[in-house]
Amino acid sequence: MSQATIPWIEPVPEKRVAMRRKALLVLFGGGLTALIVGCVMLGVFRALPDQVGTIVFILAGVLPILGGLGLIPLGLLNGSVVLTTLGFAQIGIGALVGGLLKATPIDPLVVGVLLLVIGPIAAGLAMLTAAGVIVAFKQVVQLLLMRWTALILFCGGIVSIILLVWAHAFVFRYVAQLANDTTLNTSATTTFGGDLTIAELSTRFSGNWRPVAFVLWPLQFGLIRDLIAMGGVIGFISIIPLYTIWWERKVAGRIQSRLGPMRVGGWHGWAQSFADGMKLICKEDFVPPEGDGTLFRLAPYLAFVPAICAFIALPFATTYVFRDLDVALLFILAMLGIEVLGVIIAGWASNNKWSVYGAMREACQMVSYEIPMGMALLVPVMTAGALRLTDIAKLQQDGFGSWLAWNNPFCLIAFFCYYTASLASCKRAPFDLPESESELVAGFHTEYSGFRWSLFFFAEYAAMFAVSGLAVILFLGAWYGPLPLSWAPAGNDIASAVVRGLLFDGPILFILKCGLLLYVQIWIRWTLPRIRIDQVLYACIQVLLPLTMLVVLGSTFWLLFDNSAHPAFESFAKVVRGLLSLVGVVISIAIAGFIIFGFVNRRRLVGTLAIEHFPGS
Amino acid sequence: MADTVLESRPDLNLDVVRDEIGDVRTEEMLVNMGPQHPSTHGVLRIVLRTDGEMVLEAVPHIGYLHRCAEKIGENVAPYQYIPYTDRMDYLAGMNNNLAFSLAIEALTGLEVPKRAQVIRVIFAEMNRIASHLVSMGAYGLDMGAFTPFLYAFRERERILDLFEASCGARLTYSYITIGGVTDDVPERFIDVCREYLDYFEPKIAEYNNLLSFNHIFVKRTANVGIISAEKAINWGLSGPSLRGSGVKWDLRKVHPDCGYDEYDFDIPVGQGLKGQLGDCWDRYFVRIQEMQQSVRIVRQALDKLAGTPGEYKHKSGKSVKLPKDEIYYEIEGARGQLGFFIQGDGSQIPYRVKARGPSYCNLSITNEVVKDCLLADVPAIIGSIDVVMGEVDR
Repeated sequence: MSQATIPWIEPVPEKRVAMRRKALLVLFGGGLTALIVGCVMLGVFRALPDQVGTIVFILAGVLPILGGLGLIPLGLLNGSVVLTTLGFAQIGIGALVGGLLKATPIDPLVVGVLLLVIGPIAAGLAMLTAAGVIVAFKQVVQLLLMRWTALILFCGGIVSIILLVWAHAFVFRYVAQLANDTTLNTSATTTFGGDLTIAELSTRFSGNWRPVAFVLWPLQFGLIRDLIAMGGVIGFISIIPLYTIWWERKVAGRIQSRLGPMRVGGWHGWAQSFADGMKLICKEDFVPPEGDGTLFRLAPYLAFVPAICAFIALPFATTYVFRDLDVALLFILAMLGIEVLGVIIAGWASNNKWSVYGAMREACQMVSYEIPMGMALLVPVMTAGALRLTDIAKLQQDGFGSWLAWNNPFCLIAFFCYYTASLASCKRAPFDLPESESELVAGFHTEYSGFRWSLFFFAEYAAMFAVSGLAVILFLGAWYGPLPLSWAPAGNDIASAVVRGLLFDGPILFILKCGLLLYVQIWIRWTLPRIRIDQVLYACIQVLLPLTMLVVLGSTFWLLFDNSAHPAFESFAKVVRGLLSLVGVVISIAIAGFIIFGFVNRRRLVGTLAIEHFPGS
Repeated sequence: MADTVLESRPDLNLDVVRDEIGDVRTEEMLVNMGPQHPSTHGVLRIVLRTDGEMVLEAVPHIGYLHRCAEKIGENVAPYQYIPYTDRMDYLAGMNNNLAFSLAIEALTGLEVPKRAQVIRVIFAEMNRIASHLVSMGAYGLDMGAFTPFLYAFRERERILDLFEASCGARLTYSYITIGGVTDDVPERFIDVCREYLDYFEPKIAEYNNLLSFNHIFVKRTANVGIISAEKAINWGLSGPSLRGSGVKWDLRKVHPDCGYDEYDFDIPVGQGLKGQLGDCWDRYFVRIQEMQQSVRIVRQALDKLAGTPGEYKHKSGKSVKLPKDEIYYEIEGARGQLGFFIQGDGSQIPYRVKARGPSYCNLSITNEVVKDCLLADVPAIIGSIDVVMGEVDR
């Protein structure tokens, strides 16, 4: 059925179609022009290396002013406001850049290359990409719906992300190497405090390779590197929720005797979350007119940004950490604590009674779960004697028996206390009171829709991953496998690196362990009913809190005696540790057995598509 | 008259209690729960007066689904009115059909063939199971457990398949009609139905493991919304809501029609197993037990059906003339005593039709029970009373 035959869908007006075409032309034309300008400028800089300062000054300062002076009369004559404004803007920009260049001691060469070569090329590429995306949008959607194309795109995406990360790491390492190179590095420093000046770099890259020096120069600054790495972190934690949501829906479907998403993307609806995300972004931007608009817009970010920040300090493996803080644990807990603020503000700003209820419940819940959660985490911290997560992880590299969860009985109890409290901190069932939809409609996000709503979900799933990651690092052997690290092949070849990465040490093991804990969270959510707010307070303050206090106390005494000064107790502790490890092994095998049994008998157990049971079918 | 000022928008917050304790100002809040609320089971609107999470008062407002069903009944012949009864308690259409048909038959003295009576019992009980399944699943949903709902619907789906095979409809059946049923059961019905019962009965234990005896579920429902036996009778409750309070009263036993006296079954009542007698859990569990009893009845009825050949319908069901008389006839529907008052004037069309929906009477106790409980208990209580708004508003 074509659009015109559906009476309630208005056809796109002719005028808008023409406007879209024009916008596309501007994008294409602008992109190409910018690219050409960038290339020409590159040539100019390579050809005229001497009077660079003057050229930059003329190009960045004088030319725009001249252009602006030309545009203003044109705009005035035509009566075009846009042209006139553009003219004035050009004069302003020219004056600003020229003034900056004259007033500050910035190396004009650097500014020139950044401004006149890299800037236009980047802008041109961006515009061309945008134009291409617009043109290919329909085709892209079609592609996503096909089975193998989707998978290839997905795998290609992952491979290219890995290559990109690897390339960045390589470049960073190379720049650091250059900075340490005594033949290259003289005592001169740049005006920004970096070790390498352009002149020093230029000695390494002479002739035709000279522009590389300009690109490498900014990369020696921590700020620039952090910005690039933050992009990676944001990208990664955008991927986590997308796939956790899809996985949760699949698991929920299986538990509930359904199939879950099956269509989008072909293979088991793997692209469902992408499609949903696209839909959410396209939705109406609604702000309740009676609510507090500013706070309403702010709240999702207050929930989302702390969730990203938690990942800054969360290590995925010994070297796979953005900032290896020595108070990483405190930092992550503090960041996850801020997330609550977003929820409370969202509830308040929505001007909806149900939202206020949700917000108040979140506040209530937070004061009750935060303390037992922190106390439970104290136990492994005391056992390890460190707050730096990589140090705590290092203690657990001697195989399954050295994992902190079975270090002493109190650690095991603390693990369960922490896991319960972490469910509450992620607002997951049975602690999903702030959004309990059967009581509070949708709780704090009743009034939210579209992209802002999805930000809350991103925050929730990112937080789920973060608390699972903490549990894995503090209790379940971090990124080390169940076999001692000393057994790992030590070779430098690819085969032993792969074996090490898959079986002994590395981010893949870490993500797998986190996935297991996430799975348990999902499992609990789709099995248990929700508890009442007074029961949450009771459970957290009257049960969990005294229990964790007891555990902390017991753990203190255990550590007091578990050392070489008390040989009798030390040997007793060893026996206990062995027994607890056995318990751990049994639990792990039981869970794995459950999962395998459930997967093998998935159709019989939950009766997927009840048709199978229907007589006569 | 000039003094009377008519307010177009009365200030609802006029009598809200505001208080100041030290520097903390507290205020009661009026919250609209419904008509578009996920756990008010349709279009029930309850105005809650709350103090924080405490509910001080709950006033149910009804009428959002009013379709003049009774008035329509005074304009059409009885057999034409059967489809309208389907739309009252849309989760238990068979029982509604049955109540109206029995009322008309009692008024006109129509004899129903033996086979039709057995078929009626089978379908009424199967529909009771389907209705209780929805009730159970939705109650789990109210408590935040999603999965039992899907399981309940999975089982209900197959009951609906059986109904569809018999009458072509899955929700509004109009199968039981005046003088019998519209059609005989299809071939192999007895075998398929028995197969289903064998499949379904063990599932009840599964629901109990998953939901009924779940610690959190018990904590949420036991000792919540307690209705004493005396209170239940005074407020005119009926059905599982009444039996949940420990009152052994079931019209299938009290004045058996359709030959219910020939079947062997028990009346489950609340026993205060997990908390006080008459709490939400008791009312919920009575439904679970009733499903088991219904399975028992259907099994016996299937045996009976195999040995009862003959007509499935009285020939003159469509052309009954109502005498100048009136009758009030009640049966035990899925939600309680479902009654029809019919007044004839000698023509084919009734002079007056009035329905007594059990949900309507059961709902009236809401404010009495909901008073002084927590906000989260409101869905628990409403869900345990199990109202269907189509029947409340008619």
